[in-house]
Amino acid sequence: MADAVAVKSFYQKSTNRHTGILSWLMTKDHKRIGLMYMMAILTFFVVGIIIGLLMRWELISPGRTIMDAQTYNQLFTLHGVIMIFLFIIPGLPAIFGNFFLPIHIGAEDVAFPRLNLLSWYVYIIGAVMVLVSLFLPGGPIDTGWTFYIPYSVRSTTNVSMALFSAFVLGFSSILTGLNFIVTVHRMRAPGMGFFKMPLFVWSTYATAWIQIIATPVIAITILLVILERAFGVGIFDPALGGDPILFQHMFWIYSHPAVYIMILPAMGVVSEIIPTFARRTIFGYKAIAMSSLAIAFVGYLVWAHHMFSSGMSDTARWIFSLLTFIVALPSGVKIFNWVATMYKGSIDPQPPFLWVMNFIFLFSIGGLTGLVLGALSTDIHLTDTYFVVAHFHYVMFGGTGTIFFAALHYWFPKMFGKMYNMTFARIAVVLYFIGFNMLYFPKFIMGYMGMPRRYYDYLPQFTIYQEISTIGSWILAGTIFFIIGYLIHALVKGEKATSNPWGGVTLEWHIPSPPPLENFVSVPTITHEPYDFSQLKEMKDE
Amino acid sequence: MSNHIGAADHQVHRDDVGAKMGMWLFLFTEILLFGGMFLVYAVYRYQFPDQFHLAGMELNTGIGTLNTIVLLTSSLTVVLAIGALQKGNKFLSLIFLYATILLALMFMVNKYFEWSTKISHGIYPGSPELLAKPNGQILFFGLYYIMTGLHGLHVLIGMIVIAYMIAFIHKGKVTPDNHVILENSGLYWHLVDLIWIFLFPLFYLIQ
Repeated sequence: MADAVAVKSFYQKSTNRHTGILSWLMTKDHKRIGLMYMMAILTFFVVGIIIGLLMRWELISPGRTIMDAQTYNQLFTLHGVIMIFLFIIPGLPAIFGNFFLPIHIGAEDVAFPRLNLLSWYVYIIGAVMVLVSLFLPGGPIDTGWTFYIPYSVRSTTNVSMALFSAFVLGFSSILTGLNFIVTVHRMRAPGMGFFKMPLFVWSTYATAWIQIIATPVIAITILLVILERAFGVGIFDPALGGDPILFQHMFWIYSHPAVYIMILPAMGVVSEIIPTFARRTIFGYKAIAMSSLAIAFVGYLVWAHHMFSSGMSDTARWIFSLLTFIVALPSGVKIFNWVATMYKGSIDPQPPFLWVMNFIFLFSIGGLTGLVLGALSTDIHLTDTYFVVAHFHYVMFGGTGTIFFAALHYWFPKMFGKMYNMTFARIAVVLYFIGFNMLYFPKFIMGYMGMPRRYYDYLPQFTIYQEISTIGSWILAGTIFFIIGYLIHALVKGEKATSNPWGGVTLEWHIPSPPPLENFVSVPTITHEPYDFSQLKEMKDE
Repeated sequence: MSNHIGAADHQVHRDDVGAKMGMWLFLFTEILLFGGMFLVYAVYRYQFPDQFHLAGMELNTGIGTLNTIVLLTSSLTVVLAIGALQKGNKFLSLIFLYATILLALMFMVNKYFEWSTKISHGIYPGSPELLAKPNGQILFFGLYYIMTGLHGLHVLIGMIVIAYMIAFIHKGKVTPDNHVILENSGLYWHLVDLIWIFLFPLFYLIQ
């Protein structure tokens, strides 16, 4: 665009009359709110990483290394709570969804900009409450992030405060989801039919529905536990006729769909990155779009596979096992369509694409070991072992976490208008891959050999695996700090990014980097399919 | 280039249909929140049908019925307030909104007497009297306090919301041409009413 220079970016122009930090804290601009989420979420991510490093350090040798058992219990709980509620659930939708969903559908902003800002504040309040609960008398929560009854009622640590912060964070999640659904329904630009939306929008849309449908259930469950602690109502207390297993059902009715809240936006990002770097329209657009909705729907019906050994009828167990296998189908549809997109494409292996390759490898391992756990007979052997820990880290961290970095590398030039060092980025991908597999793969072996999860101590025969795992954690954490480092360096000293550094064709690549406050100078009219690369030539001529 | 759009009128966008859609989605989450409680109620009623029957007899059906009538009437007054405003009658609309708050207050006062009578009889979660009863009755009263308490909290929030609507009408922020926020508050109030319509038979009538 010739006159792009004249357009002020959203950094230079504010929605309000304030300047400086206030112009951010009072902003209604979805891009600024996305960046504010990024600041907060990355901070908590780093806190979570540091806690993880401390845990791994403790486990480098049997017996006490640097902390006592109670501290270890509190650390693994905090690691779970911070990583799940503060990093991975809001990570992709709140940062990249906020920033790119309105741009992807050709809108000026989300449907409710003020509500959007409110949900950021609610997130911050929830996060601060988690932090406050650490320092109040009683000490940090030590129940594990699943808050299982009866221990969560008996524990003398600050369970109620930590639980209430999860309640507050759920509120933020619901408000964001609600906002995105209405945005997708009401704010699409002329010509932007549902089947012309980029797949990232589809997956964020499906995620938003899960957020709305599932989160209220955890809210009421959390309230019940808090009331149980405060008044001893007896809902979950067998001595008073209650049923502790009922807590597990209610907890997983939310927390299993929450797994899809975490992974679906990541799948959307993959569906954006692969066509761009294969220079080819996505294979099976409708199949990918619909599989997001299928995952959202079936994912709601599989919760009890977390409870195969908790006490359920055999009929219930095999029904949930079957449903678990069925939910693998739409995920498979996505993987095959992505690979088919690359077939005969003109692949340009830039860093974002390499991150996606990383994802496909790690996520496939995570997904396939999920089937091992979904099968009843093998699950009885592997339940509550390191195998489960390895599985969900491959899915969550190897899946969503990896895509978090992919999205960061893909959209960084658009968000900040600066370009990072490509060589550094390529080195980071390789180091990440090595560190990740060193950290988590030995856990599959240990789990298979019977090492239980959440244990402070272990038998001597596990020492070598624990050592490899701990060294892997140093490589992985080092890589992440390296990434954050060169990205910050790029912010300060990086070269100016062009409006379309990767040759993408979705709407964000039609506008300047960083985008102007109103996103589009004039309301765009959509005529092309989302991944129609024939428009690349006319985009260059613009 | 339409770059003359100033910072102040960045958010001129108004979409009543979208606003209502957002409200309905929010109400959906509220229904799911109470849905979790109804689920728990169903599980324990199925396990302890006799005890739930006995415990239910101890509740005062008279007060429950009165409260149902009060709340249903308040839903009517909210609708009338919206209708009056749509026809441009600001004064009548305000009267109906004040009436709604008054009825909500009546509901809460009734609820207060009902709860305090029970508590003075020593029936509240964790009390020795209650713990002496069979398990089914302990759960019944536990659920009774949690569910009606959560509902009462929603009545309180609804009263605050309607008070804001009254202030908005006075200030001219809610007008006959722009009253989607009043309609949304009305929807919220109907939800509060609707949940009570389920709570009432579950606790007071099915005996």
